[in-house]
Amino acid sequence: MAAKQTIGILALQGDTSLHSRALAKLRVSAKLIKKPGDFNNLDGLIIPGGESTTLFYLAESFDLLSTISEFAKNGGRVFGTCAGAILLAKKVINPHQRSLSLIDIEIKRNAYGRQLDSFESIGEGKKPLPAKLNMTFIRAPRIKSTGPDVNILAVHKNEPVLVQQNKILCATFHPELSAELDIYHYWLSA
Amino acid sequence: MSGSLKLKTGLAEMLKGGVIMDVINAEQAVIAEKSGAVAVMALERVPADIRASGGVARMADPKIIKDIMKSVSIPVMAKVRIGHIAEAQILQALGVDYIDESEVLTPADDFHHIEKSDFKVPFVCGARDLGEALRRVEEGAALIRTKGEAGTGNIVEAVKHMRAMNEQLKALDKLKPAGLAKIAKEYRVSLDLVKQVASSGQLPVPNFAAGGIAIPADAALMMGLGAQAVFVGSGIFKSADPAKRASAIVKATTFYDDADMLAKLSEDLGAPMTGINMDDLSDSELLQNRGR
Repeated sequence: MAAKQTIGILALQGDTSLHSRALAKLRVSAKLIKKPGDFNNLDGLIIPGGESTTLFYLAESFDLLSTISEFAKNGGRVFGTCAGAILLAKKVINPHQRSLSLIDIEIKRNAYGRQLDSFESIGEGKKPLPAKLNMTFIRAPRIKSTGPDVNILAVHKNEPVLVQQNKILCATFHPELSAELDIYHYWLSA
Repeated sequence: MSGSLKLKTGLAEMLKGGVIMDVINAEQAVIAEKSGAVAVMALERVPADIRASGGVARMADPKIIKDIMKSVSIPVMAKVRIGHIAEAQILQALGVDYIDESEVLTPADDFHHIEKSDFKVPFVCGARDLGEALRRVEEGAALIRTKGEAGTGNIVEAVKHMRAMNEQLKALDKLKPAGLAKIAKEYRVSLDLVKQVASSGQLPVPNFAAGGIAIPADAALMMGLGAQAVFVGSGIFKSADPAKRASAIVKATTFYDDADMLAKLSEDLGAPMTGINMDDLSDSELLQNRGR
């Protein structure tokens, strides 16, 4: 993991404070991002959990969609959790909505049901991640399919829940809620 | 079956920095979602109309709630009367994402709030100060909001409640153990909870603003005072151009600390709701006095 990284957290809406707390534990400095001008000198970007419709609406309103895409295409690392993963996916269903299409997955929103179907569980990590990972799913999406270049890093009941394509990482659960720092560490070194 | 506090507060964490809007039908819910709302609150009448028409205000018709749940993909909350366990069980059976045990509706129980830890669905409750907030947390509330004075379009009470909470949290930090025991007694909550709050310096659950938010600057004011998200009741659908105002309030909540942006967002929104001055309301007309 390169020293002195600065990671941006997209702070339009969502659980930014939990991601800040996780980064602080790893002694990585965090910067809240709200405008295209905030992207200077960032080593990575986290798109947090929140409401994907709200996040997309605000990102579009403030010209952040093309900024995020350019950042990723220029080799910037991006980590999306839950709603963040929905924004990064190539295709979104239930209902269909537009997205950034930065990782070759099809994702289904609210795929386990409503809040009453939210749950905590232990999933299986693949090397170099720990074999057991604490996972908290809140009105979570499900990854319905992955493209040939997508690496599956963790599964829950044999379904992919943590996937990677180059420097883009997506979790359908919330590593920030259960402080699964190994996942951050992996992404920061990827 | 009860859900874990982590899952209950977890959803509130996801709503942070967002706006939850009161809606009375599916059509309004769709406008709210398209304007960037993070969730909608289903109810039969918005607080301004409850205030104007009087009578007993109850939970919304399940048919309306189901219509709203079908029409949007964002979380749907709904209000129950304070202490009305059966209304809460009905809302849980409908599968709503959050229940607001709300002083805006006519209380069903003068002495007891719902024992919210018995439920799997998470609850939000209003509070005017730290003691009230902690009593609700001990009953199992996973989210606290200021009570403000709903249906007035007047922000003064929400500000009062948020400031009271902040000052009491700060004062707690300076107290020695004997002082904490006295506070626990005064607040009618366990010493363990008071100790936990004193050492962390914050509520154990998220804290949102509600009651009287009518313009983008009101949302920005509350966020600046430490609210982590805002509820807007009558302020949107009682205004001249709900979609435009809803969108402006959503953006102002994100950019609450950016005055240039707020100036742009506040421009040309049409007429806000009229509003009521607190001096024009008698004590018996204050919704915030319901449920202590």
